[in-house]
Amino acid sequence: MNEPASESTSHRALSLRGVSARYGSRVVAADVDVSLEAGSWLAIIGPNGAGKSSLLKAIVGIVAHSGEILLDGTPTSSLSNRERARAIAYAPQTPQLPDRLTVTDYALLGRTPHLSPLARERRSDLVVVSDVLERLDLSALATRALHTLSGGERQRAVLARVLAQQAGLLLLDEPTTGLDIGHAQALLDLIDRLRYEEGATVVSTLHDLTLSAQYAEQLLLLDGGEVVAAGPPATVLTRENIERHYSAQVEVLKTEHGQLVVAPTRAGSVRSRKY
Amino acid sequence: MLALAVVVSVSTLLGAANLGWTRVVHEVWAQLTGGTSPLSATEAAIVWEVRLPRVVLAGLVGAALAVSGAAFQGVFRNPLADPYLLGAAAGAGMAATIVVVAAPSTTGWIIGPLPLAAFAGAVGGVSLTWLLGRSAGGGTAVLLLAGVAVASFLTAVQTFAQQLNTDTIKQVYSWMLGGLNTTGWREVLITVPYIVLAGVVLCLCARLLDVLAVGDDEAASLGINPGRVRLVVLLAASLATAAAVAVSGLIGFVGIVVPHVVRLLAGASYRVVVPLSLLGGGMFLIVADHIARTAFAPAELPIGVITAFTGAPFFLLVLRLNRGQIR
Repeated sequence: MNEPASESTSHRALSLRGVSARYGSRVVAADVDVSLEAGSWLAIIGPNGAGKSSLLKAIVGIVAHSGEILLDGTPTSSLSNRERARAIAYAPQTPQLPDRLTVTDYALLGRTPHLSPLARERRSDLVVVSDVLERLDLSALATRALHTLSGGERQRAVLARVLAQQAGLLLLDEPTTGLDIGHAQALLDLIDRLRYEEGATVVSTLHDLTLSAQYAEQLLLLDGGEVVAAGPPATVLTRENIERHYSAQVEVLKTEHGQLVVAPTRAGSVRSRKY
Repeated sequence: MLALAVVVSVSTLLGAANLGWTRVVHEVWAQLTGGTSPLSATEAAIVWEVRLPRVVLAGLVGAALAVSGAAFQGVFRNPLADPYLLGAAAGAGMAATIVVVAAPSTTGWIIGPLPLAAFAGAVGGVSLTWLLGRSAGGGTAVLLLAGVAVASFLTAVQTFAQQLNTDTIKQVYSWMLGGLNTTGWREVLITVPYIVLAGVVLCLCARLLDVLAVGDDEAASLGINPGRVRLVVLLAASLATAAAVAVSGLIGFVGIVVPHVVRLLAGASYRVVVPLSLLGGGMFLIVADHIARTAFAPAELPIGVITAFTGAPFFLLVLRLNRGQIR
């Protein structure tokens, strides 16, 4: 489990230069410039409809984009579909899980980029999958159908598929959707740990600002498709930024261990007045 | 596969003309070993020229319909998808009607305008649906809607043609209810290449159907081209359907029921469902055809009636037995 990451799973440095994501003629994310070191974690945050998911999809290659997306210096547009799939793994915000498929069969789908189109899975693919399931604590559920799993287990199953791809760059769109605070923390801890074990670079969109501050090394704040702030959490998550772009009242606090917490504050309520 | 062999044998041994199954076994043995057979020439002819090709054809048609059903369900991610939903049946029906109406004397030909037209109609119907779906924006839902629209339109044309020529209605309806009654080795030869080709292609694409099941976005992120996979699978499935419909008319139920039953019994991965649907569909139709020709001998029931009668309760039974596994 602690062996050094193999070449196919080596850290990937990501670089976006002037990237704009488009749906037809409608630009949903404009001119994004960001550089990510191999092995680091970038969280894309922003209000609803800011273009976060679209930007992620543009990096994957399923949404049209202009500008350059470089992986370790190579433009992703020069890669074939399968080469790109071997380098970049993507989990959408609401993954469609075929109900009756077993966890193992679903995770096996992650091996698709490593197989030629008409080939069958080999023993080595099955070994990769069972290894991934073990690391995600899913071995006991390996033969269970997806629809019988709880929300947290389903999210882990999606992560299993992503990891089975053995890609160096993980793009996770709201991986904690539908998870309670405990499960969300557990999942993010897992991703963080796997980051080091697998040797992966992570780009995620995160709804929860506190969690994004605690796990990501770099933040990108998008509003209306534009990058309005970028950098380490402390510089991006300021009261002014959040107030301006989220139209929300917050206080940015520090725990006794120095971790950032974004706490919503309530301006004034009817109840607080004493009669 | 063993079950299939059993079913094929039993169907051949028994039949409307009561030849006595031990004698038939002797006949087969005799043919294989070059000895003498207890059957007369006519009786032997019944076994080899009438019954066996019919059993083989039933197997082929059943396999084709079932595997197309599974393929369509995979491509559209919809358990209700069915070989007929894309306008294949309507296209075939309309083309058949036009041939019957325009050249009624040719309908008796074994290889004639009727099967060819049905074939062209089925493929034409699917192509029309495909084009309409793409021009309306693409995507699964739009495609299914286009299929419904095309099917309705072609059925309307067909009904119109029928109204104009009421004297040929009977022929059209007997074709439409589906049947294998006038089939021989010729029909087998016509359909074998297409059905085998389509079957092989679909089995090879089975894993890709599993990948499609997670949605186009994720499938693309896994490195496959969802549009291209869909196109190949649709063409192969339509080919199989058209070949089946061309020789046997419209036999319903097989394309929806068999894949579902296979799923309930053997799991939902298309890697398993596609090949098993081939076998299961073949078996199902051989049995159904057997019942069709022996239940009320010498009269024959339309096979579509049998597939519905046997298919529906069986499906319900399997549903009940697997109650715990189904939400």
